[in-house]
Amino acid sequence: MSCLLIKKMASEDKEIFKGLELNQKSLIHLLHRIQAQYGYIPEEVVDDIAERLKITPSEIFGILTFYKAFALEPRGKHLVTICLGTACHVRGGRQIAEEAERRLGIKAGETTADRQFTLETVNCLGCCAIGPVVVVDGVYHSHVSIDQIEKILKKATEKGDEKN
Amino acid sequence: MKKIKNLHDLEKWRSQILASRPKKLKRVIISSGTCGQASGSLAIIEAFKREIKNQRIEDKIELKVTGCHGFCEMEPNIIIEPDKIFYKQLKPQDVPIIIEKTILNGEIIPSLVYQDPLTGRSYPYQPEIPFYQRQLRWLTEANFYLDPTSLEDYIAYGGYKALAQVLESFSPEQVIEEIIASGLRGRGGAGFPTGRKWQICREAKGPRKFIICNADEGDPGAYMDRSLLEGNPHSVIEGMLIGAYAIGAKEGFIYVRREYPLAVKHVTIAIEQAKEAGLLGESILGSTFNFDLHVVQGAGAFVSGEETSLMASIEGRRAFPRQRPPFPAQSGLWGYPTNINNVETWANIPLIINKGASWFNQVGTERSKGTKIFSLVGKINNTGLVEVPMGITLREIIYEVGGGIKGGRAFKAVQTGGPSGGCLPESLLDLPVDYDTLTKAGSIMGSGGMIVMDEATCMVDVARYFLNFTQEESCGKCVPCRIGTKQMVEILNRIVAGQGEEGDIEKLENLAQTVKGASLCGLGQTAPNPVLTTIRYFRNEYEAHIRDKSCPALVCKDLIIYYIEPEICVGCLLCLKSCPSRAISGERKKPHHIDQSLCIKCGACLEKCPPKVGAIKKYTGRKRDEIMATESSIKNSRVGL
Ligand SMILES: Cc1cc2nc3c(=O)[nH]c(=O)nc-3n(C[C@H](O)[C@H](O)[C@H](O)COP(=O)(O)O)c2cc1C
Ligand code: FES
Repeated sequence: MSCLLIKKMASEDKEIFKGLELNQKSLIHLLHRIQAQYGYIPEEVVDDIAERLKITPSEIFGILTFYKAFALEPRGKHLVTICLGTACHVRGGRQIAEEAERRLGIKAGETTADRQFTLETVNCLGCCAIGPVVVVDGVYHSHVSIDQIEKILKKATEKGDEKN
Repeated sequence: MKKIKNLHDLEKWRSQILASRPKKLKRVIISSGTCGQASGSLAIIEAFKREIKNQRIEDKIELKVTGCHGFCEMEPNIIIEPDKIFYKQLKPQDVPIIIEKTILNGEIIPSLVYQDPLTGRSYPYQPEIPFYQRQLRWLTEANFYLDPTSLEDYIAYGGYKALAQVLESFSPEQVIEEIIASGLRGRGGAGFPTGRKWQICREAKGPRKFIICNADEGDPGAYMDRSLLEGNPHSVIEGMLIGAYAIGAKEGFIYVRREYPLAVKHVTIAIEQAKEAGLLGESILGSTFNFDLHVVQGAGAFVSGEETSLMASIEGRRAFPRQRPPFPAQSGLWGYPTNINNVETWANIPLIINKGASWFNQVGTERSKGTKIFSLVGKINNTGLVEVPMGITLREIIYEVGGGIKGGRAFKAVQTGGPSGGCLPESLLDLPVDYDTLTKAGSIMGSGGMIVMDEATCMVDVARYFLNFTQEESCGKCVPCRIGTKQMVEILNRIVAGQGEEGDIEKLENLAQTVKGASLCGLGQTAPNPVLTTIRYFRNEYEAHIRDKSCPALVCKDLIIYYIEPEICVGCLLCLKSCPSRAISGERKKPHHIDQSLCIKCGACLEKCPPKVGAIKKYTGRKRDEIMATESSIKNSRVGL
């Protein structure tokens, strides 16, 4: 991670720590905030958090690796989430995930070399009635079939480019 | 905002809200929970807003955006009041026509009306639709009428009246007595009597007490709690307030899984609103009762739904379960007495107080009272959320509410209880929905996931799916769960790959007993249930995989092939173009052919082949072996040339 980002974080500390008690109780909440802001938890900030919350860095790494929500690596520009919950599974979610893996050339949990896409799978998004479900950058796609994947991925990059 | 000070204030505010609402000609209610939004409800809302503005008919039409109505298969859908006309699967371009024809001229548009897939009959009015007819929507009815971000809506619906009544005329003990008398049991899975749990926590000694709402909803395939929190957050908050008063807790937490951003948003808004109105915080409704409520977001771990793990997670630690006793009611959050209930359990509380225990316990079976919400999903026609009286049979839920199996296929099994539950066969469909009966059949009531499976679902694959899930989610603290589930997955992996051996079934059964008996928490203790029930009811499928290397449901990749029937194929090139690994060859108007050595069995070709042609087939067992043998002999003879 660039030094710049660390500095930026330090200067934004106030925002990130706002309203939180500085103890273990706030740890997961704080990590959610950092992840929301930077897309991942930069390893370099762990010591800093440990000092402030008066816990050990190993405790924090324990949390980071235990919970699936936290990424230790920067994520791609677009986040593709594919549901493998039971309802989506019986409607072919696995095949959808495999097709996405093929199209992107990565496995679930990985990020493409050009940092365009991160692919993740989840165990249910709570839209089980309309599965298989794929979420791209917060946009839900329902009743997804294998041949729609290409289009869905393409749309994500086009949308992203529009924004730039 | 002025704080409400007592029941009288509340009633006054309620009548003011009702009186201030302009009576409009028509009201359009748009279902817009996460699933509605995923299906395009936001575009429908925009279209209505635009049209109403353009045509300047604001005084004629009221728009109401609500949470999920449950009929998720038909999203985006709307209800037009006062007649309750139900239109399904709308597109934004339908909106101007709906306004012109139905809203302004009272005409029904047949193409937007719901048609029963079994009988073909049309149902223009929502209450008459069979999906809704057989339900008893005690908790979910409000989702039709409430804007989840409006406290006024909840008040107008009679909200917080139960709380006001409790604070005015119930002692904590009386509240507990009422809940015990209602027979309410926990909706989070285990079915522990709620009033009894509260009593234990009330009687526990401690300088502070906490209550928790478990909205982790880890069961993959279930979303009852999401819908309640998203669509009617105040009802959960009101339930918690009543519980806190009864137990003597001053602080509470709602633990929501991170995959539910809309639920987090709505419940956070609701808490702020309740604080402002004097319904949360200090001296609630002018009484001496104080209570604070916080939202905590999960971080993606199934085990954190287990109560002791959940508390560890709130404390900012890894979600490891611990031995019980001591139970949370004795020693919970930071060692203080803590009462934890599921979202749906909390949502039942205001209802019981308002209507009385003897009204509530009239519905249900002897030991399971009230209603239960299920997420009816999988291979069923009417997928969605359904609320039914306890004691209804599985058959009634699946065929009368759910409209039967999709595509006219045959029913195979219904799974309840998620990874802790089991798969029940056709022969048990007449079982009543009841905590104890389902447990006896080898499954559990669970939190409400109900996944329907048809003949094209492989039961060995399903068992492997669940076990793989629990094995991955096992926190690793205790050995039987960590290693036992891993061993079981490995055996199942072998079986679905066609490498099963005689004796595997018995090995699975033995391991299952060990894992069940020796695991630390409910995750391990129930993990083998999906395997045990599928062996118990679908043993022949295991045997087909092991002995004949065949998957009768044509699911397990290693045991099937995709094959294009040359006599049926019309040579349209569709499958050929869709194949990601270029395994299909052929020319226009000539039969295509799959090179089995290149085929990755992704199923894309089958999806593309027009149903009226239906040239692509899946084969397993002997037929597969025959095709493979002919193919390779043809190949060899070509090589020979
Ligand atoms: C592995 C595991 C996961 C659980 N997940 C949930 C859950 O997601 N939601 C829930 O309400 N209860 C869950 N429970 C049950 C809780 O431990 C607890 O019994 C429940 O929240 C109590 O509430 P109730 O009495 O209102 O049902 C889970 C239990 C186990 C063993
Ligand atoms: S199983 Fe996929 S959204 Fe629930």
